[in-house]
Formats: sequence, structure tokens, C-alpha cells
Amino acid sequence: MIRPATPVALIAHVALRGMAGVAVLLAAVLTGVILGETPLPWATVWAALANNLWGAGLPVDPIDQGIIWSYRVPRTLVAAGCGAGLALAGVVLQALVRNALADPYLLGVSAGASTGAVAVTIMGVGAGAIGISGGAFLGAALAFGLVAALARAAGGGPAHMVLAGIAGSQLFNALTSFFIAKSANAEQARGIMFWLLGNLSGVRWPDVTLALPVAVLGFFACLWHARALDAFSFGSDAASSLGIAVRRVQIVLIGAVTLMTATMVSLVGSIGFVGLVIPHAARFLVGPRHGRLIPAAALAGAVFLIAADVVSRMLIPGQVVPIGVVTALVGAPGFALILVRGRVRG
Amino acid sequence: MRIRAEGLGWSARGRAIVEGITLEVASGETLGLIGPNGSGKSTLLKLFAGIAARARGSVSLDGTTLSGMSRRDIARRIAFVEQQAQTAEALSVRDAVELGRTPWLSPLAPFGAEDAAICQEALARVGMEAMANRSWTTLSGGERQRVHIARALAQRPQVMLLDEPTNHLDIHHQLSLLRLVSELPVTVVIALHDLNQALGCDRLAVMEGGRLAALGPPREVLTPERLARIFRVGARVLTDPADGATQFRFHCLEDQP
Ligand SMILES: Nc1ncnc2c1ncn2[C@@H]1O[C@H](COP(=O)(O)OP(=O)(O)O)[C@@H](O)[C@H]1O
Ligand SMILES: [Mg+2]
Repeated sequence: MIRPATPVALIAHVALRGMAGVAVLLAAVLTGVILGETPLPWATVWAALANNLWGAGLPVDPIDQGIIWSYRVPRTLVAAGCGAGLALAGVVLQALVRNALADPYLLGVSAGASTGAVAVTIMGVGAGAIGISGGAFLGAALAFGLVAALARAAGGGPAHMVLAGIAGSQLFNALTSFFIAKSANAEQARGIMFWLLGNLSGVRWPDVTLALPVAVLGFFACLWHARALDAFSFGSDAASSLGIAVRRVQIVLIGAVTLMTATMVSLVGSIGFVGLVIPHAARFLVGPRHGRLIPAAALAGAVFLIAADVVSRMLIPGQVVPIGVVTALVGAPGFALILVRGRVRG
Repeated sequence: MRIRAEGLGWSARGRAIVEGITLEVASGETLGLIGPNGSGKSTLLKLFAGIAARARGSVSLDGTTLSGMSRRDIARRIAFVEQQAQTAEALSVRDAVELGRTPWLSPLAPFGAEDAAICQEALARVGMEAMANRSWTTLSGGERQRVHIARALAQRPQVMLLDEPTNHLDIHHQLSLLRLVSELPVTVVIALHDLNQALGCDRLAVMEGGRLAALGPPREVLTPERLARIFRVGARVLTDPADGATQFRFHCLEDQP
């Protein structure tokens, strides 16, 4: 690996890569806005964006403008935020738990968030997006706490964490079903089931103001701890003897993971495979060091979920396929490929 | 740097694994830690490193207790090579050695040319420079052990705690490691199984059932009676006619030669 020798060269190197990453992200967002059930010409998209961003006053059909600005732009931005957040959650959990299978889905964090969000929706505790997100956060934190306690009681190894996570997911999924069966009417139940599979159709601008700040905050929290995450490679005792305040780092990072997972689940439902597959794909591309892995995974996650959302809108004309179905359809073979290629290379 | 343990103890499930260890290692001294399997050597080293939860007693460096220092400050002074530390990550040898710089870096003080030079020197010290780009998962047990040593050297510590570092090493690398350790101007606590190698330490601490059974110069500590009682072997001292150095020859207690 070539390393810049001087601080100035280093800053230039990081800035260049950062700008390249932002450029790729913007290109992905634009593509996500252009593509859809009704393909809109590039000029219309440009005019709608220019009118809303800096009041360009270009002539556009108000219906097209509405589709683009109120519907596709927030949807694409939320997809980017969710993809990045879930991928980061996977990277952090895989490093801290030291298990390649760890992700918010498998460790029960997503299931806990769903339970919390459904409880708030049905029982009407709190209100609006913040109330649902708050419920999801409490559910996710509770699920992670239970899973961690169970894993510790069972002996505390990396395998125990995944086994406890499976138990935790089952428990919280059962609780969610129980709440739905007990309290929801038929219409509510259908809506919730659809949302649980992952769905971005209801996304509007207020959701963007929740998803993007959380994703950006989570990204910088993870990047700040990149070196600490590297130090966990040989276990938490090794991290500790390398000068990492293990407890503090675990609390901060698990907090960030819980916040990101809960926010994303409360906005778009529980989307599997992103947190598992994207970190492995990114590792495959840029290696295991977190200084590069974290930006790569965040970018790959954002681009992947934008693409998955586009596919979910276009796959069956006139019908929206749940995005969780698309991520699994792409994710499962992708994961198989990484497993096989990884073994050949190692 | 002087390291002192005062009343160190640790229990698991209500059973005392290590109890009442008080000893001091002088600056630059090499203390060998010996004792049968399960006598508490690894646990004691963890206590010295300050990474065991629920520890009793205290450890101090030049009079400052570890509990009053941050993990980072401790890691700048003490490097610890665990008995078994593995990873499933596809780290390269260089990546693993660079982890040793962790306590000296921060997000605002990133890895620089000087750090790279320190890591390169550490790799050279253990004879691993040619394998710097190899993946951890492709290394043999002995090569991994040498990478761990290089990582500890890259930490630039003043105290090194080594848990059976010669395990898995071929005889050439065992001897060169022991020589490297004795040449380093740092304080060393090293757990060893080979009692003939332990003879090369400045002093030996003998562990038995979690307690300190003896502490002193190797030839005073390793008496035939103690070897029979604690290690359950018979031993005779042989002298090398070339230089007068002595070695043990061990035999089972049942068959007296
Ligand atoms: N976490 C633990 N829980 C229970 N027993 C332990 C634990 N760690 C070590 N022990 C026990 O403590 C004793 C001493 O272990 P150790 O310090 O590894 O010995 P040594 O390194 O001298 O072989 C052993 O009997 C071991 O089984
Ligand atoms: Mg041991």
C-alpha cells in the first residue's frame, strides 16, 4: 500500500478520495431520481431540481415537479441514508463481536426496533415519526441488551453472540406478531406487514431530516473510532492492551449502531442483507482496515439501497415489490459469491 | 521502568485462581515466570497488564498505580503478548504489526513516516520483513508468534509481558527470541515452560496453585526438591565442559536413573 509521507499529502489524499466518494453518491442519487415507473427526461429532472434548490424558475409540468421533488428525491435520499447506516452497523458489529455473520438483522437489533415501532404505532404511545423512532430505539436497545446478556451468560464467545441473536430475533419477531394479532385491525395489520418487509413508498421530506443526520452522525462516530475497531481484530483483551478504552468504545459504537438501526427500521421497515453483505463486499474491495472500510461500506451501502429501491419500483410495472425482497434476491447470491471468492483468494 | 505488584489476586466462579502476589521487577530486569499448567501464569500476566476485570490488589509503574492511568498511557508503557490471540480478518503481517502503534496515534495524529519506520524495524527484528505482505491466515503458528512479538516491539514499550512466546517457534527462533528479549533495554516478565531456557533469566518466580512458591535467582530457586515437588520431575545438573555452563537433565520421578 502506498502511503502519503507528509501531513499535507495525507490531507490532499483524504480530500481527493472524499470528493470522489461524494461524486459517486451524487451520481447515484441523480440516477435514483431519474429512474422510476414513469421515466422522466433528464431536462425535466434538472429543471425541477433547479427550481426547488435555487428558484431557477424554469418551466416544468407541476405534476412532474411534484413527483420529482416531493416523492423521488426524499425517497432516494432516505434510501442512501438507510443503506449507509445499515452497512455501517454491520461493519461495527462484525468488528466488535468478531463474527463475520454479525449484523443488525441477525443480532436481533432490527427485530427489537420493529417491535418497538409496532408497539408505538398500534398502542398510540407518543406520536408521529419521532414517537415511532423513539419506540424503535428503545426496542432495539432492549433487544441488544438482552442478546448481549444472554451471550455473556452462555460464555461470552463470538459464536454465543450470534446464537443469542437468533434467539433474540425470534423472541422479538414473535412479540411483534403478538402485538399485531392482539391490537391491530385487519387494515392496520396489512399495512404493518408490508412495512415490515421494507418499504420506501411512504417516505417524504420529514423522513429525510431524520435519516440523513443520523447516517452522517453515525458515519463520523464510526470513522473517529476506525483505529479502535482495527485494534479489536485480536479480541477485546488485545484491544485493551493496545490502549483502547474497551468499555467506552463499545458503549459509544453500540449506541451509534442502535440509533442507526432503529432510525432506519422506523422509517422504512426492516431490510435484511444490507448490514451483512455490504461490509463483506467492501472488505473484499478495500481490505479489512477500518480507515478505508468505513467510508467504502457507507458508500457501497448507500448506492446499493438506491439501486435496490429503483429495482423494487421497476421490477413489476404498476406494483411495488418490498425492497427487503430485492435486497435478499441480490444479497443472497452476492454473499455466496463473496464466500467462494474469499476462500479462493485466502 | 520498575513494575510492582501488591497483593494481586483474581477469582473465577468463587475460586481463587491467583492469590496474594506481591513482587517487584527492577528496571531492565528479566523475570521468568514458571510453574505447571494451570498454576496461574497467564492470569498473573493479565493482572500485570491491568486487563483482567474484577482484579484484587494493585500494579504500579515507577510508583504510579495503573488504576490511576488511562488505557492509552498504560499501553505506551506496557506491551503484552498473549498466549493465544487469533483473528479471522484478512490482515496482512504489516497491518498486524501496525496495530502496535495504536496507543501513539489518534484521529488527529495519524500514522506517519516515523511510525512506518518503527514498524519496519520491528519486522526486521523478528526476521519477518520478507513476509510483510503475507496474509495472517496463511502464517504458521511460529510466524504468527513472531508477528505478535513485532507488534509488541512496535509499541515501543518500557515493560514487556510475554506469555510463553517460544511456543510454536523452531529452535533457531526460540534462541533468537530469548536473545532479543535479553538485549532489549526494557523490563521483561516472561512465562516459560522450558526450565533450561528459564535459567537465562535474571530471576525466576515459581507459581504453584495460583500462589508464589519461590522467587529468586534461577539456580537458587530451581532446587531438585522444588522441581520434584512442584514440577513432579527428577533433575540432575550437567555441566558443559566447553564453558562450564550448566543444564538440567530431567527424568520421571518413578524411574530413578
Ligand atoms: N476465565 C476463567 N474462568 C474460569 N477458570 C479460569 C479462567 N481463566 C483461567 N482459569 C483457570 O485458572 C487456572 C490458571 O489458568 P492460567 O492462568 O491460564 O494458568 P497457566 O497459564 O499457568 O497454565 C486454570 O485452572 C484455569 O482453568
Ligand atoms: Mg498459560
